[in-house]
Amino acid sequence: MNSTNPSQAVLPPGSRLRLFTFAAPARFYALMGALLPWLWGLTIVLAAAGLYAGFFVAPTDATQGESYRIIFIHVPAAWMGMLLYLVMAFWAGIGWAFNARMASMLARAIAPTGALFTFLALWTGAFWGRPTWGTYWVWDARLTTTLILLFLYLGYLALVNAIDDVKRGDQAGALLALVGSVNVPIIYFSVKWWNTLHQGATISFKQAPTMATTMLVAMLIMTFAFWAYAFATVFMRTRAMVLEREAHTAWVDELAKGRMPS
Amino acid sequence: MTDLFVAVLMRDLRLAMRRRIDTLLPLVFFLVALSLFPLGVGPEAQTLRQIAPGIVWVCALLASMLSVNQLFAGDQADGSLEQMLLAPQSAVALAAAKCCAHWLLTGLPLIVATPLVGILFGLSTPALLALVAGLALGTPILSLLGALGAALTLGLRSGGMLLILIVLPLTTPALIFGAGAVSQVEAGLSASGHFSLLGALLILTAVGGPPATAAALRISTE
Repeated sequence: MNSTNPSQAVLPPGSRLRLFTFAAPARFYALMGALLPWLWGLTIVLAAAGLYAGFFVAPTDATQGESYRIIFIHVPAAWMGMLLYLVMAFWAGIGWAFNARMASMLARAIAPTGALFTFLALWTGAFWGRPTWGTYWVWDARLTTTLILLFLYLGYLALVNAIDDVKRGDQAGALLALVGSVNVPIIYFSVKWWNTLHQGATISFKQAPTMATTMLVAMLIMTFAFWAYAFATVFMRTRAMVLEREAHTAWVDELAKGRMPS
Repeated sequence: MTDLFVAVLMRDLRLAMRRRIDTLLPLVFFLVALSLFPLGVGPEAQTLRQIAPGIVWVCALLASMLSVNQLFAGDQADGSLEQMLLAPQSAVALAAAKCCAHWLLTGLPLIVATPLVGILFGLSTPALLALVAGLALGTPILSLLGALGAALTLGLRSGGMLLILIVLPLTTPALIFGAGAVSQVEAGLSASGHFSLLGALLILTAVGGPPATAAALRISTE
């Protein structure tokens, strides 16, 4: 058993970097610990820059006035909410298929952040809808799908937390997340045919964006800020989970002894 | 594979015949819940006719979800579920038989009772036919998805509520097309598109549901 204190060395001296090096909880814990200050720093810098660009530099919209500026939070949050569900399902599936503990922990850690972004997208959308559509909420395709996505997150969180056995919780959550990710496009299209009021996607990869460059840049900066935030919070949560699940191991014991002077 | 399917199906039906009151509960729930709506909304015929398809679908959903909770619970409690999973036959056949039994015992009675509901809510004959056809295609989807939820939440303390929370979001497409078909017919349009989509959903759930349920049963009984 290697007794290197993982809180000091991300990679023990003399060991080679391999594909699965960071699949070991101890190394992953150390790596994430080293990355966290950078990620938080990046989050703050990018969010400050993005919000400044969005609120002070970007021009006023010709038709929507100042109220459109909420898109600098709304659109990146909606993207993150959808993306994180797929990322969560991916890691949960990897964890289930290959019995990879770190992947399962990562999936569990992603869920609350994904739910938060989805909620944020709905919340900011309601505030944008009030002055623009004249109502906080309409039952249109994207709003309804986002609401159902939030319910899928809540269902996943409720299920994994209701199961006391860690392994069963991981696997049941993985199955539910995979079924959910198959369902999200079906739900989206069914709700779309049902009713549509939401404006079409403004940013598309097929054609040149129809928005001012400064708006686009501000939105992209905010997207990267949310990415950094998502990484930071997910890693923090994963670290806590690693400590909880590996509490019986020697390295956590050493870590605890090193941190807390007896 | 088929012999296990038939054996489990016949066994579940026989068990249900021995507990007739329990078996009738979902149907009674469906009718009671439905008759509460006019009391809450008001007796205006126009309003009731307009909201009838949606309410019938939501009540059918809830009746399915509340009854599917017990689908594997009894077998798990007396250990027979574990024996069936240990059997050399595929667990997928077991899951499919369970879904089928659940549909025959809850979905089918609801469909049979729906014409009565149509009279209560003053639905026209074409709309009623569309509602029955939609339920015939849609209730198997509810049983298949409900069985997956029941397998995932097997033996958990808050099983019933949890099952509803995780399964209901997945059933929204069935609800939309099922209730939408009736609205189409009432508006004088063809509902064939809605029925095709419901049929596609049914095929997808019938192919994907039982394997997922079998996997969930293995996870839950490990």
